[in-house]
Amino acid sequence: MSNAPVDTGRRRFLTAATAVVGGVGAVAVAVPFIKSWNPSAKAKAAGAPVEVNISKVEPGQLIRVEWRGKPVWVVRRTEEILENLATLDDQLRDPASVEEQQPVYAQNAGRSINPEFFIAVGLCTHLGCSPTYLPDTFGEQVEGVPSGFFCPCHGSKFDMAGRVFQGVPAPLNLVVPPHQYIDDRNVLIGVDQGAA
Amino acid sequence: MVKNIVDWIDARIPMTATYNRHVGQYATPTNFNFWYFFGSLAMLVLVNQLLTGIWLTMNYVPTAEGAFASIEYIMRDVEYGWLLRYMHSTGASAFFVVIYLHMFRGLIYGSYQKPRELLWLFGMLIFLVLMAEAFMGYLLPWGQMSYWGAQVIISLFGAIPVIGDDLTLWIRGDFVVSGATLNRFFALHVIALPLVLVVLVFLHLIALHEVGSNNPDGIEIKKNKDENGWPIDGIPFHPYYTVKDIMGVAGFLIVFCYVLFFMPEGGGYFLEKPNFEAANPMKTPEHIAPVWYFTPFYAILRAIPDKLLGVIGMGLAIAVLFVLPWLDRCKVKSVRYRSLTHKLNIAQFAVSFVVLGYLGAVAATPALTIAARVFTLTYFGFFVFLWIYSKNEKTKPVPERLTH
Amino acid sequence: MKKLIIALVTLIPTLAFAAGGSHVTLESANIDLHDKESLQRGLDNFQLYCAGCHSTQYQRYDRVANDLGIPLDDMRAKYMFDDSVKPGSLMENAIPTADAAKWFGASPPDLTLVARVRGEDWIYSYLKGFYHDENRPFGVNNTVFPAVGMPHVLQELQGLPVKQEDGSLVATGGKLTAEEYDQVVRDITGFLVYSGDPVKLERESLGWWVMGFLFIFFVIAYLLKKEYWKDVH
Repeated sequence: MSNAPVDTGRRRFLTAATAVVGGVGAVAVAVPFIKSWNPSAKAKAAGAPVEVNISKVEPGQLIRVEWRGKPVWVVRRTEEILENLATLDDQLRDPASVEEQQPVYAQNAGRSINPEFFIAVGLCTHLGCSPTYLPDTFGEQVEGVPSGFFCPCHGSKFDMAGRVFQGVPAPLNLVVPPHQYIDDRNVLIGVDQGAA
Repeated sequence: MVKNIVDWIDARIPMTATYNRHVGQYATPTNFNFWYFFGSLAMLVLVNQLLTGIWLTMNYVPTAEGAFASIEYIMRDVEYGWLLRYMHSTGASAFFVVIYLHMFRGLIYGSYQKPRELLWLFGMLIFLVLMAEAFMGYLLPWGQMSYWGAQVIISLFGAIPVIGDDLTLWIRGDFVVSGATLNRFFALHVIALPLVLVVLVFLHLIALHEVGSNNPDGIEIKKNKDENGWPIDGIPFHPYYTVKDIMGVAGFLIVFCYVLFFMPEGGGYFLEKPNFEAANPMKTPEHIAPVWYFTPFYAILRAIPDKLLGVIGMGLAIAVLFVLPWLDRCKVKSVRYRSLTHKLNIAQFAVSFVVLGYLGAVAATPALTIAARVFTLTYFGFFVFLWIYSKNEKTKPVPERLTH
Repeated sequence: MKKLIIALVTLIPTLAFAAGGSHVTLESANIDLHDKESLQRGLDNFQLYCAGCHSTQYQRYDRVANDLGIPLDDMRAKYMFDDSVKPGSLMENAIPTADAAKWFGASPPDLTLVARVRGEDWIYSYLKGFYHDENRPFGVNNTVFPAVGMPHVLQELQGLPVKQEDGSLVATGGKLTAEEYDQVVRDITGFLVYSGDPVKLERESLGWWVMGFLFIFFVIAYLLKKEYWKDVH
């Protein structure tokens, strides 16, 4: 060992420089490891927007399509159903859809772009079961409401706009997915209205 | 605050003491040269293989039907999957480059000699497990070379008298290499052998730090201590060799990343061309060669015109390295102070190894087979000669202190 | 010792060169992966002449469109005919493998990775290597792939080459001149090289950044090492 005086300033600077540059390198190396957990091209392809032909849906009928592995409902609502919706406000948790469970363009009375068609992700906001559509017998659950959705898992109840009733476990209204009308007959689920 | 935490831990496990023993106050010879980078680099590559390997298993499908497609899925559909895969495949070759150079360092400076025999044996076990690890890993992409390479290597066990055929059947779990083989190789490759490897690396390091590092002069720095008991020719590992190894890592990464980003197939030696074709049990590729790091041993196997003897020859080529500490009977370690005979012997051994490596990679012709036989003889000749001349070898005087 | 190492290192390329011997001389394809128009034409001709039998099943339509600079709508209009084919779908085979095996004796292989198995020069030479041979089931043979089990699908472009006495091939009756045909073949080869390793350009450009970073890191690490080792020397 030589006893030459040590330039501590230079030493400290170089140590810090190595640590900083090495740290940047370590972070850069972590990037591919972290990014590889993103959805792959395969998952993205499977989660691509889904086109639904709604022209053959009967009034009162519900059809299911799969989007990103989730059931998406398309329900054709009658005039009576729509009228009934307006009378339920005092029985609901979030009648005005204040919580962001829907895109802005569906933040309205019917929670839809076109009041005739209600489109929602068919998973209960409680623990993710898929509620049952009761087109005629929902009155047994909520008096005076002929149709709605009832979750068999823990008894949560939703009206025909997917709004949750008070006094059930589910905290929030059903999710309305991003969607847009391509024309009168076709809806694209997974892409926001106005987006390309 | 920090001191309190450290004290609290030190009262419960010997953290600071361990750090000092193995890093902070581990006395290292001052004269390490270029050859001494490869130990720490092997560690770096091991970590690289473990991390990228774990990440690859997240998308790899270990079935005969899905394996090949899942590799292409990783290469194309997974974000940065190609990078993780190339890091792993290039890392495999880099591992052997680094390990072979590390072993050659031990060979020229006599690092296997007393008192480092056990250190050398642990190292050899690491080498052996690494070969098994690489062989099993090579089956996983389920390409043509994966499949037929495994078929050939497993068939070698068939040369063992009496139990051979049953043994190959047992290893494969089927009448040919199949999904069953792939599955068990996958399990061994991703968990069993890496565990063994990590334990062996740990033992290798413990053995090293117990006896202390050898050096290019082959003299024991512990013989020459100052009044505090610190070796006069020693410096603490940290900071001197940590900063030096960081520099070594940077240099290594420049080469490694160049291969990784600009020639990931390594000229067809790191990723062999036929392996871009899915395994087809009905069609053998024209020319089967193992990956480059096995070719020296494969050349020895092919050189011997008898199945059983060939397998024995190949096994012996590896086994003889285990007993190197006892074949070399010279008291002087480093090639610097040994006889011309020894220098020439090491040189011819290096040439034999490289040439055998080349011969094992190309198709055998009668002339090349004769060459392979000659170099097989010189390969083993190294050990025989060493044993003979090392008893009464004329060596140069070894200095008392390290030279630079 | 050092001299010996240098001698060994200089020996390696000589040996490697000796290993590269092949029976057929291949023509150089000279492809350029930066030439997007060439790759687009290659995709076009591949879809027109090859994709009827050969899939590129590890590639997805949207990825190819994106990489080759083709608008997705064009991609859809030109190459995606089936309603079940989505932009993210794999470019799978048009004809069932079992039928193909019946017709051709062997199922036509997937070609996503053919460039990595055979090399670009092989593909280029192969597509230029068909010649008239009455003894073969499809009436053609191939200079680089003897006893080939495939018809000359590009015959309408090239014409039918006939082997001359000196071994050269002369084609007559095609729609294209020899130079134009070479370009078509080069385009297809380029597309297959792209398919085999679609990430190549991205990988190399990322590689330069990594190299640059590592050089800086190396210099700093070197200075740090030198600074500390002043104590020792």
